[in-house]
Amino acid sequence: MTLPVELRHDETFVLNLGPQHPATHGVLRVKLTMDGEYIVKAEPVLGYVHRMHEKLAEAGNFAQFMPNTARMDYLHALAFNQGYALVVEKAAGIEVPERAEYIRVITVELNRIASHLLWWAAFLLDLGGFTPLLYAFDDREQILDLLERITGSRLTYCYMRFGGVYNDIDDEFITGTRDFIKRLRSRMPSLYHDLVTHNIILIKRIKDIGFITAEQCRKYGATGPVARGSGIDYDVRKNEPFSIYPELDFDIPVYNECDSMARYMVRMDEIEQSLRIIEQALDKLPDGPVQAKVPKLLKPEEGYYYSAVETARGSLGHRLICDGGKTPYRLKLRSPTFSNLSLFGEVAEGMLLADALAFMGSLDLVIPEIDR
Amino acid sequence: METSIWRPILYLVGIMAFAGLNAAYLGWCERKGAGRIQRRPGPKEVGFAGLLQPLADGIKLMTKQLMVPQGVDGIIFRVAPVIAMIPAITSMVVIPFSGNIQARAMELSVLLIFALASLGMMAVLLGGWASGNKYAIISSARAVSQNLAYEIPMLLTVISIVMISGSMNLRDIAIDQQGGFWHWNIFRFENGHFLYMWIGFIIFFICSLAETNRAPFDMAEAESELVAGYMTEYGSMGFGLFMMGEYLNIVVGACLTATLFLGGWDCPFGLTPGVWWFLLKIYVLIFTVIWVRWTYPRTQIYRLLNLSWKILIPFSLVNVLVTAALIKVF
Amino acid sequence: MNRIEKTQVALAALFPEGENEPETVTPVEGDEAEEAVQTGQRQPGVQPTPYEKHGSHLDVLCENEQVVDIAGVLDKEGFFLETISGVDWLKQEQLEVVYDYTRYDHELCRVTVRTFISRTDPELPTISSVIPGANWHERETFDFYGVNFSGHPDLTRILLPEDADFHPLLKDYMP
Repeated sequence: MTLPVELRHDETFVLNLGPQHPATHGVLRVKLTMDGEYIVKAEPVLGYVHRMHEKLAEAGNFAQFMPNTARMDYLHALAFNQGYALVVEKAAGIEVPERAEYIRVITVELNRIASHLLWWAAFLLDLGGFTPLLYAFDDREQILDLLERITGSRLTYCYMRFGGVYNDIDDEFITGTRDFIKRLRSRMPSLYHDLVTHNIILIKRIKDIGFITAEQCRKYGATGPVARGSGIDYDVRKNEPFSIYPELDFDIPVYNECDSMARYMVRMDEIEQSLRIIEQALDKLPDGPVQAKVPKLLKPEEGYYYSAVETARGSLGHRLICDGGKTPYRLKLRSPTFSNLSLFGEVAEGMLLADALAFMGSLDLVIPEIDR
Repeated sequence: METSIWRPILYLVGIMAFAGLNAAYLGWCERKGAGRIQRRPGPKEVGFAGLLQPLADGIKLMTKQLMVPQGVDGIIFRVAPVIAMIPAITSMVVIPFSGNIQARAMELSVLLIFALASLGMMAVLLGGWASGNKYAIISSARAVSQNLAYEIPMLLTVISIVMISGSMNLRDIAIDQQGGFWHWNIFRFENGHFLYMWIGFIIFFICSLAETNRAPFDMAEAESELVAGYMTEYGSMGFGLFMMGEYLNIVVGACLTATLFLGGWDCPFGLTPGVWWFLLKIYVLIFTVIWVRWTYPRTQIYRLLNLSWKILIPFSLVNVLVTAALIKVF
Repeated sequence: MNRIEKTQVALAALFPEGENEPETVTPVEGDEAEEAVQTGQRQPGVQPTPYEKHGSHLDVLCENEQVVDIAGVLDKEGFFLETISGVDWLKQEQLEVVYDYTRYDHELCRVTVRTFISRTDPELPTISSVIPGANWHERETFDFYGVNFSGHPDLTRILLPEDADFHPLLKDYMP
C-alpha cells in the first residue's frame, strides 16, 4: 500500500501502541511512526511476557516441562501439550495406545474451537462490536466445562502424558460433547454468520484490508489461518499427518483473497471442520488403555528430533536435541505467531491506524506464545 | 408570556432534573439494554433491578481524585468536561415537550440548537488537546472532522423541514404536524405530493448518531484504537461529565428528531396529544440508538467521512431541491 | 525423482568436495548415519535421515559461510524457514546453529541445516537478506546465545530487555 500524499518527515510522530493497549490483547508493544492517521513504519517490540521457557526446559526432566507448555499458548494449550508429548515420544520411541490418540484429538479439537471462538470474540471487540464477545464466550464456556471435567483445569491444561493421557473420558463427556456439537451447529448460522459475518460494516472493515501475498507468507514463514487465507493449502494435520488425523475425513479451508476477511472465513470454517473431526473421532473411539507403560524417568537417545503439530494459530514445531541425559539438552519452540507477527511491519506500512488494528486482530496474536 | 419569577425557576429546576435523571438513568438503561441484547441480566445487584447503580457509580466517580497530567493547560483541561455538559442542558430550553411545556419558544430555536451542538464539539477538541496525549489528539481531530462532515447533511435536511413549516421555531414546526401520523413531517403530503421526507428522516437519524459520537460512528472514543480517545487522561467526574454530556446529547438529538419529524407531542392516531407521547417517542428513539450500538461493529474514520461527503450530502441536497420543487413549483 | 531427492541433489551441488561420500538416495537406516547425525563429527554435506525417527528428511552440515547459499537454494526450491535454534555444546567448546526448513505443498520434505561456530567469537553471516523472516529468528539467537549475525540489519535484543548484558541459554550462564 502507498501513502495517499507525499510524506513529510518533519510531520510524523511516534505513537506507542502498547504495551498496555486494549487492542493488543496482552502486552505487545508496537512502535508506530505515524503521519496523521497513516502508519509510516510499524515495529513490534516483543518480550514483555518473556519467561525463558526454553531455559526452564533444560532445568528439569522431560515430564517436568509438560505444565510449562500450557503457559505459552493459553488459548490452545492442549495442542502445545500434544506437540511436546509427540516430540518426546518420537525421541524416546514410545507407542501411544489408540484410544489415547483419539482422546488427544478430541480434546485438542475442542480446544481449537474454544480458541477460535475467543479469537472471534476478541476480533469483533477490536472492531468495536462488544455483543459477539458474550455470545462466543457462552459457547466457549461449554467447552471449558467439558474439558474441566476430564483434564481438571480450564485454561492451562496439563492433560497429556508421554504415551497417553492422564485421565480417561467417560460417557458423560461423550454425551456432553455430542450435545455441544449440536448446540454450536444450531447457533453458528444465526448468531455467528447472520449477525456478524454478513454484517455490511464488518465486511467493509476487513475486506481488502491487510493484504498478504502467498510469497510474503513463505518469506516470513507464516502458517496456520494466516497462510490459508492467502491461498496456501498448508495444514500440518494434512501435510505431515500425525496422530490419527489420516483416519479422519476433514477438509482444510483455503481462501485465496489474502485479506483479513479470508483469514476470518478460514477460522470460521475451521470451527465447522473441527466439529466434524470430533464427531468422527467420537464415533470411532476404540476401547483400551489410555496410557502406555512408560518408564518414570525418560532418557531418550542422543540425537536431533523435530516434530510439528497444528495449533489454532499455525504450525508449532518442537526442535529437541538430546544428549542421552534425563533432561532435554535443548528444546526450541517454533511458535507460529512469532513468524506470523514478523509480517506485521511490512504489511502495516501505509495503512490507516484503524485498519492496521483490524489487520493485527486477524493475525490472532497470543502474546505469551510469541514471547515464550 | 408570563413574567413571574417562578416560571424561570420552575423551568430551571425542571430542566436540570430532567437532564440529571436522563444522564444518570440512560447509563442504567444502556447497561440493561446491552445486557438483554447480550443474553445476560445486566446490573442487578445495587437496589431493585440495579436501579441504584447510577447512584453508586456517581458516588464512586465523585470520590475519585481528578488527576491533571503534568505539563498540560490545567484550566482548559478542567473546563472542557463542563463545556461538554452546558450546551446539552441549554438546548433543552427550547425543546417543546408539549403544547404548554416549553421554557422559551424562540423564533430561531432550530439554529440555537445547532449552534450549541457545535459548541459541544469544542469540548471534545479542548479536552483532547489539553490532555497532551497523542491518542487524545488524534481523537479530537477525528471528532472535529466528523462533526463538521455530519452537520452539513443534518442542516440540509432541517432546511427542507423549515421550508415545509415555514418557520424556524420548533414549537411552530411541531404545531404544524398536529392531528395524527399522516400529518407528521416524515409522511408529509403537501400540495397533493408525497414529499419523501422519510429519506430525510433516515439521513437525520444517521447524522444524529454521528454527531453524538455513538456507535457505529464512535470514532472519537474508539476504545480498541485510541484507548478512550479524548477521555484517555480523564478520571473521576471529568470523565463522568463527558459521559453525562454524551447521554444528554443523545436526549437532545432524540428530542429534535421527534419534534422535526415525528410530530412532537402529537398522538399518532389523532387522539389526545400530550407530553407522554413526546416522551414515548424520544425513548423509542433512544432505545434504537442503544440497540444499534450493541449490534453493530464500529466503522472506520475515512469510510465515515466518505459516507457523509459522498452519500449523505448529495442525497440531502437532492432532498432539499425535490422538496422545494414539490412545494413551490408543481 | 521425488522432492527429497531433488532437494538433495540441489543442495549437494554446494558441496563439491563431498563427492567422495557415497551419494545415497534412499534414506540410510544403518548405524553409521545415526552416529554421524548424533555426534556431528562427520564431513560437511547432505545426508538423508529417517523421517520417522528424527522428523527430518535431510540433514545438512555446512561451513559457516554456506548458510546463505543454502538458504538461497532452499528459497528457490520453494521452502520456507520454520525456525533457527542455537545449541550450546559446552564440552566441545562450540555453538551450533540449526535452521529448519519445510514446504507448503504436499511433497513433504523437511531440511535441517546445521553449522558449528566457535564459542568464544560466535559469528555467522545473516540469511535475512535472502529470507526476511529470518530477521527475528536471528535476533532471538543473538539474544539467547550471543551469535553475531554479520550483515543483519538490526541485531538487537528481541525478547530480553534491550539493556540485558547476558545470553541466558549458554550452558555456563548463571543467573
